[in-house]
Amino acid sequence: MIPEIGHFALILALLVAIAQSAVPLVGAAMGEPRLMAVARPAGQLQFLLVVVAFACLAASFVGNDFSVQNVAANSNSELPLRYRFAATWGSHEGSLLLWALMLSGWTCAVTLFSRHLPPVFLARVIAVMGLISVGFMLFVLLTSNPFERLVPPAAEGRDLNPLLQDPGMVIHPPMLYMGYVGFSVAFAFAIAALLGGRLDATWARWSRPWTTVAWAFLTIGIALGSGWAYYTLGWGGWWFWDPVENASFMPWLTGTALIHSLAVTEKRGAFKSWTVLLAIVAFSLSLLGTFLVRSGVLTSVHAFATDPARGVFILTFLAIVVGGSLALFAYRAGKVGLGGVFGVVSRESALLANNILLIVAMASVLLGTLYPLFLDALNLGKISVGPPYFDAVFYPLLAPAVFLMGIGPLARWSQASLPTLWTRLRWAFGVAVVAALLLPFTLGRWSPLIAAGLFLALWIATSSVVNLRDRLASSHQTGLLAKLAANSPSYYGMLLAHLGVAVFIIGVTLVKGYEVEQDVRLDVGQSVPVGGYEFRFLGVQPGPGPNYRAVIGTVEVRKDGRLIQTLHPEKRIYNASGQTMTIAAIAVGIGGDRYVSLGEPLAADNLGGAWAVRIYLKPFIDWIWGGAFLMAIGGLLAVSDRRYRIAMRRRDASLAAGSAAAAAD
Amino acid sequence: MKPRTRRLGWIVGGLAVLGVAAALVLNAFQSNLVFFFTPSQVAAHEAPQGRPFRIGGLVEAGSLAREPNSLTVRFRVTDTAQTIGVTYTGMLPDLFKEGKGVVAQGTLDPDGTFHASEVLAKHDENYMPPAAADAVKQAQAHEAMVTKTLVKPSGGGQ
Repeated sequence: MIPEIGHFALILALLVAIAQSAVPLVGAAMGEPRLMAVARPAGQLQFLLVVVAFACLAASFVGNDFSVQNVAANSNSELPLRYRFAATWGSHEGSLLLWALMLSGWTCAVTLFSRHLPPVFLARVIAVMGLISVGFMLFVLLTSNPFERLVPPAAEGRDLNPLLQDPGMVIHPPMLYMGYVGFSVAFAFAIAALLGGRLDATWARWSRPWTTVAWAFLTIGIALGSGWAYYTLGWGGWWFWDPVENASFMPWLTGTALIHSLAVTEKRGAFKSWTVLLAIVAFSLSLLGTFLVRSGVLTSVHAFATDPARGVFILTFLAIVVGGSLALFAYRAGKVGLGGVFGVVSRESALLANNILLIVAMASVLLGTLYPLFLDALNLGKISVGPPYFDAVFYPLLAPAVFLMGIGPLARWSQASLPTLWTRLRWAFGVAVVAALLLPFTLGRWSPLIAAGLFLALWIATSSVVNLRDRLASSHQTGLLAKLAANSPSYYGMLLAHLGVAVFIIGVTLVKGYEVEQDVRLDVGQSVPVGGYEFRFLGVQPGPGPNYRAVIGTVEVRKDGRLIQTLHPEKRIYNASGQTMTIAAIAVGIGGDRYVSLGEPLAADNLGGAWAVRIYLKPFIDWIWGGAFLMAIGGLLAVSDRRYRIAMRRRDASLAAGSAAAAAD
Repeated sequence: MKPRTRRLGWIVGGLAVLGVAAALVLNAFQSNLVFFFTPSQVAAHEAPQGRPFRIGGLVEAGSLAREPNSLTVRFRVTDTAQTIGVTYTGMLPDLFKEGKGVVAQGTLDPDGTFHASEVLAKHDENYMPPAAADAVKQAQAHEAMVTKTLVKPSGGGQ
């Protein structure tokens, strides 16, 4: 019964979404307020219905209802509760339902927090989001129904992929989807502006917080995914340039360009068309990512060709969304206008250059991701484009963008002077260069790449310090606290996010420069020195688990003969699937991780014999994720800025005054 | 500066970035693309000498052998028509098993042994790595064709 309620709720949600998109659009075109007023309640009702559908699916998973095909294929009665719940979005069908849930959630948020928008504009925004909902719910209902029954019911489920039985996987997909789908709000704002033909600084002020929040969630989502890959895939890498990762990274790069371009549009009224284009591209890439991950093209282009229903649907949907919005853009962009002019040396220029570099870098990732698929689809041979390609292309493109991060925030809008910038920044530059040249010697080994990476990170940090100092010096307040309080949260958000980039770069540079990786054969009692530590293997013991059997190894770590910790790497065999999983033991530290994972037994006697053991030292690796979290927190801090709410209140006041006047007439 | 010159400047700048990006991409493609070959193709000397490439197929049952006191393993990869000997030093992935699909990246020695630098098994129990599955399918299709036309004795599997 519960699955049928969910299925029915989803069908109702689809009907509501159709009304939510059609009625307000007609109303906006005719200038009919009553029709436009349908948008808000429809958006909220749709959210409610999708929540019901999602709750029904979750209940089927939690209640082990193996008569539902999706549950039977992706869960198991031995699975702990939290993973049964997370299994709701562990499958193809469930993750699409999560997508739809996130989309209707964002829509509902827009209906609640954007009451101050002009009714015509709000009606169009909600209608556009409704259109996307229609597409997605049709996709779920027609090709990937999560509520499909299994006749006869299975006695036991096939189990959730053990790789996904992990706390990181419980929160990674919702965070990532929040980000992906959040760009739909920026997209809807852009389309509504194109439809209305009006785009000004106020528009940018409205769409900025939404875009930044979506970007912050996407940042966290990607960081969680990267962390998950680091500790569950057992090979100690944090980014593989895998198509699935690239699929989430491309919207991130475009979103990063978008939040910067929105800043210019808000403050200076410039970059208007470009901002709209970026909003369209960011969401299109989110859809492309969904297509890549969900259609099966990555597993095999040919499997996709033999069972094309899903892929063809998303591809068609993608073509309609991208084609339609670009056509609208081409038709209307002239009306929106380019916006103000600015000097060659100015903050606008720095931000434009940063945008170009980010987009070109995104395009290089796109090429490396799609090229092998095209070749394969056309039967021109099988190739793989691995990390060396991305490393060779990506770093040289982004390094200048990062360098500009030091200059941009200090450059004046409209027209800045290079000599002044140089005078203000020469100390920051000098300190960064000298420290970057000397630091690698104290860390162990000097190499040009390490020095370059450190320089970029230090440059961001020192130029941020100069920026803050100048701000405080020019403040009219007295007292440090008052001076600090005089700056807006969005300013501190920017500084924090930029420092996050610096922290991230330090992590990447040092882990790439100084990591030690060693695969060794270890007999029980044998020890091996790795990078100043001594790792002693004390053998393995069997250990129980809720739905798996494990062998747990014991490895003592010593430094200068003193025991500093004991690590317990695990090898698990899951009961339902028989699949083996390696659980690394990681001693986390701010200066780096010590990482031990078990390979396979090398002797016939599993428990008493030698094992292959992988030992890694990963200096500063946690800074990578720390940096990403700083970026996200910076984004959220920026959104908390009062000016977004003041804009709202002012608008409310004028609306209230307007309606009072109307009532008095 | 006139707005027109300025716009021209931006366009030239943008094109320069694109040009540099294109040069980087082409250069990186040139040196970093890794092609995939099936054991049959390797046996027919279609694979390059001295340049890394990927092979894929099934790990032949009973072929896995360890060298004592090291992490070096030897196994044979087959697409059911041809097999190729592989040596690899390091940790094998969790899903590496005899009779299952595998993809390895490395170089071919003059004596015909494949020196793997990486053994990939980013797949779950349910399916083979697509490249490995394709290799087997290709070889079988070839076999079928050969036996059907009876022009060549089967088992040649070039």
